[in-house]
Amino acid sequence: MTLHMPPILTYALRRLIQAIPVVILIMIGTFLLLKLAPGDTVDALVGDMGGADAAFIARLRAEYGLDQPIWVQLWRYMVKLASFDFGWSFVYEQPVATVLMDRLGTTLMLMAASLSIAFTAGIVLGAIAARRAYSATDNLISILGLVFYATPSFFLSLMLMLVFSVKLGWLPVGGIKTIAAFYTGWDHVWDVVRHLIMPTTALSLIYLAFYLRLMRASVMEVADLDYVRTARAKGAREGRLMTHHIMRNALLPVVTLLGLQFSTVLGGSIVVETIFTLPGLGQLAYQSVVQRDMNTLMGIIFLCAIIVVVVNFLTDLLYARLDSRIELA
Amino acid sequence: MTFTMKQAGLALAMTGALSSVALTAQAQDEVQKGGTAVIHMISEQRILNPGLRASTGVYNITGKIMEPLIDKSYEGYEPVLATEWSGSDDGLTVTLKLREGVNWHDGEPFTCDDVAFSAIELWKKLLNYSSALQANLESVDCPDPHTAVFNYSKPMPIELFVAAMPDLGHPVPKHLFEGTDILKNEYNTAPVGTGPFKFVEYQRGQYVLAEKNEDYWREGYPYLDRIVWRFIKDKSAAAAALEAGEVHESGFIGVSMADVARFGEDDRFDVGTQGYENNVAHSTVEFNHRNPILADLKVRQAMYHGLDIDYAIQTIMHGYAKPGRGPVPSAGGINYTDDVPTYDYDPELAKQMLDEAGYPVQDDGYRFHLKHRPAPWGEYTQLWAEYYAQAMKEIGIDVEILTNDAPGFLNGVYRDHDFDTANGWHQFRSDPAVSTMVWLRSGQPEGTPWTNQFGWKDEEMDAMIDAAASELDVQKRAEMYHEIQAREMAELPVIFAIEHPFISVTSKKLHNHHNTPRWNSSSWYDLWLEQ
Repeated sequence: MTLHMPPILTYALRRLIQAIPVVILIMIGTFLLLKLAPGDTVDALVGDMGGADAAFIARLRAEYGLDQPIWVQLWRYMVKLASFDFGWSFVYEQPVATVLMDRLGTTLMLMAASLSIAFTAGIVLGAIAARRAYSATDNLISILGLVFYATPSFFLSLMLMLVFSVKLGWLPVGGIKTIAAFYTGWDHVWDVVRHLIMPTTALSLIYLAFYLRLMRASVMEVADLDYVRTARAKGAREGRLMTHHIMRNALLPVVTLLGLQFSTVLGGSIVVETIFTLPGLGQLAYQSVVQRDMNTLMGIIFLCAIIVVVVNFLTDLLYARLDSRIELA
Repeated sequence: MTFTMKQAGLALAMTGALSSVALTAQAQDEVQKGGTAVIHMISEQRILNPGLRASTGVYNITGKIMEPLIDKSYEGYEPVLATEWSGSDDGLTVTLKLREGVNWHDGEPFTCDDVAFSAIELWKKLLNYSSALQANLESVDCPDPHTAVFNYSKPMPIELFVAAMPDLGHPVPKHLFEGTDILKNEYNTAPVGTGPFKFVEYQRGQYVLAEKNEDYWREGYPYLDRIVWRFIKDKSAAAAALEAGEVHESGFIGVSMADVARFGEDDRFDVGTQGYENNVAHSTVEFNHRNPILADLKVRQAMYHGLDIDYAIQTIMHGYAKPGRGPVPSAGGINYTDDVPTYDYDPELAKQMLDEAGYPVQDDGYRFHLKHRPAPWGEYTQLWAEYYAQAMKEIGIDVEILTNDAPGFLNGVYRDHDFDTANGWHQFRSDPAVSTMVWLRSGQPEGTPWTNQFGWKDEEMDAMIDAAASELDVQKRAEMYHEIQAREMAELPVIFAIEHPFISVTSKKLHNHHNTPRWNSSSWYDLWLEQ
């Protein structure tokens, strides 16, 4: 009997099977790479404590299994991971899964908001720039895009903080909510939104520049193609031409970039989350490296690998929807 | 009537005294109850049990929730959970009277059982620094619920015991820890104490929140409703939070030195080192004595002469420091002396001494080359390393700085000995026996950070350190530490170049702040906020 599955499920299953060795290789590579860095969790912990005696250090190392050979540590880790057990964070004294879940929401909120803004504003501004190519508007948009692209995110973050928190007092300096204010309902939602405005702006402006540049080039290229000219000759109005003929096709490379950039934005969130003390995965990743919190860091990387695989899968689906010539196979 | 200058001075002094009394009275009258104090912390502590982790960062939070047996004020040692203490003549027992009528935050009474359990199961076995201090502790007897008798196999000087207690004497509630895996006990991150504030929640990566303990044993205290400790890693962001009024205090040099200077000129803030007298640290130059060049005393002395300590104090520490005089800082009380050999800044003498030691300038313009590792403990250590390298260049020594993070530094210096010189930031903890002596005593377990891993061994020094640790006579013990200081300054196994307390920036809205020598670690029962 042949099992008939819808093409999309066959495709998803195949992508999943392809992803497994990729993720395993990423995990082994990361584990070994992290072991190459000098020092371990215990060194970082006693560094934080300002000192400890030999017996204390040896006891912690035995407790955490760090006194075992590296291959034993790797084997133990991978066996646990196979059953989705991410282990224990010796730094946070909690299961890694709990630590990650606590942070995932903030990062996803930040990324979703930043990418949506960057993507939407990027394609709109890119399209405007392309349609008015080489005009003053195009120059202004392009220069602004370049400025955003060239500004380091830490600088942008601090400048936003200086203007909107210190000078104007409109927005909170950092964190995800006002501590000890005990807001509920919509007040809580508004409080979180206020805390996310500056980090989202800082993160989205940089990526906005990417989409803007790409969209501008893409629209200009598509606008010159034969079918657009034909449509125009047949009397299609400019507005309809733009929405139905140009944008749809010009979006293809931009959508590809969106999928590819998801992981980059995750990287970019490290700086922004650290400066704005947002309790997300980026800040956690930074702390985990500094603290040599192997289990947590491995957990983050695993999670990121999964997120990137899923997002790329979704991008492919979107791609197929935008361009009917593309088939999922 | 003749009004002399002396009388005028007296009148002025009396007016001053009266107005200061008036101001104090006014301040007392104006105490405002309630409000939330928000405190900046640069690093997250994760473990919130001072019975398990001896660290000023931990005390900064837990000091308000869990109290020690004895604390330290500017007047001396102050009873907290212990009301009286005494040592036997032979030094083998220490007896404490415990405060009556004190309850843990969960309502259970605080008794000697808690002290005995904490001393044997945590302080002796698990607590860093304390396990060495309490190595000879054999048992703790409880003749009644409010008397604890510590029994030692070797004499324990009562001064050492008392000096250690503010940091290393925090009892935990036995009923919540007994029979559990102490290291994984849930109350290590959700502390239950007897202090003026009760733990509410710990949001990882964000903050710790504590609220007023309505049943606190000091009547009428605390004044504040809540304390929030916010973790802000980025120093510039922390400075912005202070300026925006979102944070009221940043201690332990939580903002950059440039911002410290800026806040110093802003009349909305108090900036200074008061309240850190018990947390004095040394900026050091540590030598790897395995390097034959550095094993030569004359070379080390010449290098000391090449350092312009006053210049470094002014430029790096903005004047908030003083020259070091060996392993005991000036805040070390009776154990400190400044009657020790010193090394004035004299680059010409330094060059001459290096020539005499057999290290003339070579063809490449240098006498020799050194690999230097600075500890990444903060801005000071990096700047001090850069100054040190510049100063050594002046006298013909090439210093290459190898920057690393905390684990890299600890391994590079203490385990792998992959350095010629290093500079750290070592804290003095009330008594030399529980702090600085481990940097001088040989025979430290291999690879242990913050100990003598420098390849330096001096049998006479070892004997002096051991004798001082168990000397019961206070005066004699102090003299022994003076001799140790003098010998260290003569032999220079480590250059304790600069002693500096930490610096805090505090909003003037906070009152009664930094009023004890270990303020950030103390309970803040009298702290209040202008609203």
